[in-house]
Amino acid sequence: MGYPHPLHERETPLLSRYFGDPEARSLDGWKSRGGYKGLEQALGMAQADITNVVKDSGLRGRGGAGFPTGLKWSFMKPGDGKPHYLCCNADESEPGTFKDREVMRWTPHALVEGCAIAAYAIGAETTYIYIRGEFTEPLLWMNRAVEEAYADGILGANAMGTGKRIDMHVHKGAGAYICGEETALMESLEGRRGNPRIKPPFPAVSGVFGMPTTINNVETLAAVPQILLQGADWYKKMSLSNPKSTGTKLYSVCGNVKKPGTYEVVMGFPFKDFLYDLCGGPLDGRKFKAVIPGGASVPIQTMAEAEATLMDYEGFVAQGTMLGSGGVIVIDDAQSMVRVIARIARFFAHESCAQCTQCREGTAWTTKILERIRDGHGTMEDLDTLIEIGENMTGTTICVLSDSCAVPVISGIKKFRSEFESLIQGRRVHPVLEAVA
Amino acid sequence: MKQVPAAGYPVPEVASHNSSGQLYVPVFTGTSREELDTLLGRYPTKMAALLPALWIVQRERGWVSDDAMAEVADVLELTPAYVKGVVTFYTMYHQHPVGKYFIQVCTTSPCGICGADDVVRAFLQHTRSSDLGVTSADGRYTVIEVECLGACGFPTPVMINEEFIESVTPGKVPDLLARLP
Repeated sequence: MGYPHPLHERETPLLSRYFGDPEARSLDGWKSRGGYKGLEQALGMAQADITNVVKDSGLRGRGGAGFPTGLKWSFMKPGDGKPHYLCCNADESEPGTFKDREVMRWTPHALVEGCAIAAYAIGAETTYIYIRGEFTEPLLWMNRAVEEAYADGILGANAMGTGKRIDMHVHKGAGAYICGEETALMESLEGRRGNPRIKPPFPAVSGVFGMPTTINNVETLAAVPQILLQGADWYKKMSLSNPKSTGTKLYSVCGNVKKPGTYEVVMGFPFKDFLYDLCGGPLDGRKFKAVIPGGASVPIQTMAEAEATLMDYEGFVAQGTMLGSGGVIVIDDAQSMVRVIARIARFFAHESCAQCTQCREGTAWTTKILERIRDGHGTMEDLDTLIEIGENMTGTTICVLSDSCAVPVISGIKKFRSEFESLIQGRRVHPVLEAVA
Repeated sequence: MKQVPAAGYPVPEVASHNSSGQLYVPVFTGTSREELDTLLGRYPTKMAALLPALWIVQRERGWVSDDAMAEVADVLELTPAYVKGVVTFYTMYHQHPVGKYFIQVCTTSPCGICGADDVVRAFLQHTRSSDLGVTSADGRYTVIEVECLGACGFPTPVMINEEFIESVTPGKVPDLLARLP
């Protein structure tokens, strides 16, 4: 539901049904709402069968990349004699995104259950839920849920009395956006600086502690229990447009919009209705100007593009952007796009792990130039320089943080060039140059 | 003298002098050491307990000093330089003492377009802080800007120590500060 707003009739609340319901947080409350039936069922199934159900459901990664979840699980070979690990990526830090936070603080047991099912399916005895350090409330509730599940015998050496071992630990991050990158998260979990690793090897071959590892996003894992209970076909049918995008998606909506919050709709929902109907449209007296639909890393959309979008993996691509994490940032006509984009660049400059030259230097120079333009000291050549730097930052580094910084800058300059130009044309002489003259 | 207890790692003497001659009381004794022992059981390597161990240090001491890093290194069989390398990577470990109340205001773009800069100004003004990151003269407050706190639908989110507060506006700042003990 559109937490903190009441459920909208056009929403489909699978994961968000109990957002705002404090009783759903406890083990008893969760069980009375049908909790842990999915795990019970899973533990009686063959591991490969669970993976096949998830494969058939069409569930894709909800963290940003959209990789098919069942396929990812099938890369793990149970019984290869090595310890396997499951990592749950709860390092939600993409600006505009706060859906995993709601899952963890309102329905922590949904995540514990999803993790337990996934862990069993991939033959992992140990699961680490890596939660960003700033998330004190989700940390509290997840720790409590894991403790409750251990005390009840759901987790541990004899999970639900089946003789199977499922261990689960919450690991607290310490402030680093980059640790949401899967290999950086593993480095961090091992007690290192969060520098992303070169791939291959991919995590399924050599992940955390050098062992086969599957890493999934919170929202992905939380969807698994219901898929098992209701079946792959049921999930697959929740698709209004492209059959490659199935199920529901949580969107966190923020910025200049009347009803910010977390909404859940089926794949293929019209973005225009979503923005104007579910989210209440623009603030009084204002107009929407631009939307960043999938967290700060995806290309900025004009309103014409946004209003023509069907909300699924392919639908966003068709309108020049990406679904990403589902963090919808709405920007209205009272905002300066230059200011918004400069602030996004500053974010990435702050969060670059500084391993790769293109990223370390590129994010810093991009920020300096954008802030120069913002402050009225830019030149027309700066725009070409920004695009050139952006192109050199794309596809040239170990991870995609560098690309993520270039994307809003390049798309922003292309789609809102006049705002940059008017700031440049009205530019003031730089105070230092003035003093020299 | 270092003993090697059942935990399998050397425990420093209760207090010792560091290279500057100052007395250092180790963190990992008593319940904190038991807590670390429990943590060590969760990971296949000792190194993996580094972030959790540093969190314990910060909880007990308020910040992570060079001496504490050396102790953590000793306990986890790492080098102090390695530990420092990790500490400096993450933004949440304080490498200097901070005010009694460490106030982090999110100013990343989504909050930025909803008025976060005004919230920052209100905190600086009402805590009588001269600048971001500079602890107020009475030692009570350190205000910083922080990158995305992940609660963008509730602008402006603010953290005061471990407390996460949603939907802070400049007008709410005096009351928020007034209720701090």
